[in-house]
Amino acid sequence: MIKISARRVDKATIFDVSGDIDMSNSPELRKALLHEIRDARASRVIVNLSGVKYMDSSGVASLVEALKASRDVGSSLVLFGLSASTREVLQLSRLLKVFEVRDNEEQALTS
Amino acid sequence: MGVLGFSEEECRAIIRAVDEAVSNIMRHSYSGRLDRPIEVSCRSLRRRSNGKGGQGVEFLLFDRGPAVDPTRLSGRPLDEVRCGGLGLHFIRDSMDRVEYKRTGNMNRLRLIKYARSSKQRPNP
Repeated sequence: MIKISARRVDKATIFDVSGDIDMSNSPELRKALLHEIRDARASRVIVNLSGVKYMDSSGVASLVEALKASRDVGSSLVLFGLSASTREVLQLSRLLKVFEVRDNEEQALTS
Repeated sequence: MGVLGFSEEECRAIIRAVDEAVSNIMRHSYSGRLDRPIEVSCRSLRRRSNGKGGQGVEFLLFDRGPAVDPTRLSGRPLDEVRCGGLGLHFIRDSMDRVEYKRTGNMNRLRLIKYARSSKQRPNP
C-alpha cells in the first residue's frame, strides 16, 4: 500500500510518499514522477520519503528512471527524509551519491 | 529474528533478501503470473562450525517455473547507473550464503544468514 500526493512550493513539485514501495506499487510512483518531469516540465521535483519505511529494488529502479528523465530535460530531482532502510538500498545500489539527497524539505528546496 | 541475535540492520537485510527472492520468482520464473505456487520454509541454524558469530537462519524457496540458468544469477555490475538487475545484488549482499539448485521440476533457492556476535557487532 502506497500513498502519493503532490504539492507545489515555489517552483518545485514535492511528492509526499508514504507506505512500503515494492513491485506492486512502484509503477505508480514511476508514472507520477515521469509525468511531472516529462509532461508538466517541473524544473525541480522533490521526493519526500520520510513516510517510506521499506523500498525494494523496483522502487530504486523507479527513482533511477526519474533521475535519468530529469537529466534528459535539464531539471533536478531531489530526495529527502530517507529512513535507515531506504538509505541502505541506495547504498547497496551505489546510488546514494548519484542522487541529490538532503536531510529535510528546507534543504531540498534551497540546495 | 531478534531472538536469534540478529540486529535491526540484519533483520532488514533478511527481509530485503527474501522479498527480492519472492519478487524475482513472480517476475521471472512465473513471468508475472500471481496465481502460481511459491513455497517458503524457514528454520534456525546453530552457529557456524568455526564457532564465530551467532545463530543463523535458513530460508528455502521453491517454485515450479522453468529451470534457471545459474550463470544469470550473479547480479549485474553496479558501475553503471541504470534500472533493473538490482534484486539479485540485494540478495547476495544481504545474505551469507545463496545457493540455487534444480530439484525435479522445481527451482530451490537457499538463503542463509548468520547473526554477528555481540563482540563483532559495531557500536550503535
